[in-house]
Amino acid sequence: MSFIHAEYPVASGDYTRAGEASADIKRRLKQLGVSSMVLRRVSVASYEVELNLVIHSLGGQLILDVDQDGVRLTSEDVGPGIPDISLAMREGWSTANEEARSLGFGAGMGLPNMKRNADDFEIESEIGKGTRISMRFALT
Amino acid sequence: MTIAELAALIEAENQTPSLPIDRTVSCGYTCDLLSWVMAHGEEGMAWVTVQTHMNVVAVAVLADMACVIMPENIDMPKESIDKAADEGLVILKSPLTAYAICGRMAAQGIPEKAE
Repeated sequence: MSFIHAEYPVASGDYTRAGEASADIKRRLKQLGVSSMVLRRVSVASYEVELNLVIHSLGGQLILDVDQDGVRLTSEDVGPGIPDISLAMREGWSTANEEARSLGFGAGMGLPNMKRNADDFEIESEIGKGTRISMRFALT
Repeated sequence: MTIAELAALIEAENQTPSLPIDRTVSCGYTCDLLSWVMAHGEEGMAWVTVQTHMNVVAVAVLADMACVIMPENIDMPKESIDKAADEGLVILKSPLTAYAICGRMAAQGIPEKAE
């Protein structure tokens, strides 16, 4: 049984709205009584993945599911896909553009930071099709 | 140390006067790379940055920080301040440099990491 299911479309390059999905996810989980420790980890990971959609994707969505097994965050986009996932997972590696860098993003911390905060982290990507990231967070 | 005491320490003006400033500051930090801050931000942190755009507010709120400090009298745009006020995040503006702000915070025993 899913307690919460929510989908948030995220537009490519929309920096002014970046973070709104993550803020709503945080609010919903707080209302559910999720502990502040878990809340913080989910918030960091969801903001990182939301920013990745804004910075790198051609558009996509963030999906929140909460059930008795915990919180699941899924990010799906429509491209362009990641050529080398192991390189993208390396701390400090970034392909962010000048606009993203001027705002203080693109330190190459996003994917490693998601992996560090989630209990389970899966990423798959296909060039020309898109990237899917799935993260699970235990509630205790 | 509370946000109010910190504001006095660094001669700062509160840019979000509608918010309470009795929250305790757990630690201090300075960095302008937002993705770096996402990895190191902590609950109750006082974060010094010269960045002023909306994403600063998002990062600070998601990490549940105590306040954001603008050094050298840098003005944060109204839309960012309004957003911070809505989200309950205090914004301080200090005439001191980031270096001097952190120096004063460290001298008063504000740690690098929340205890």
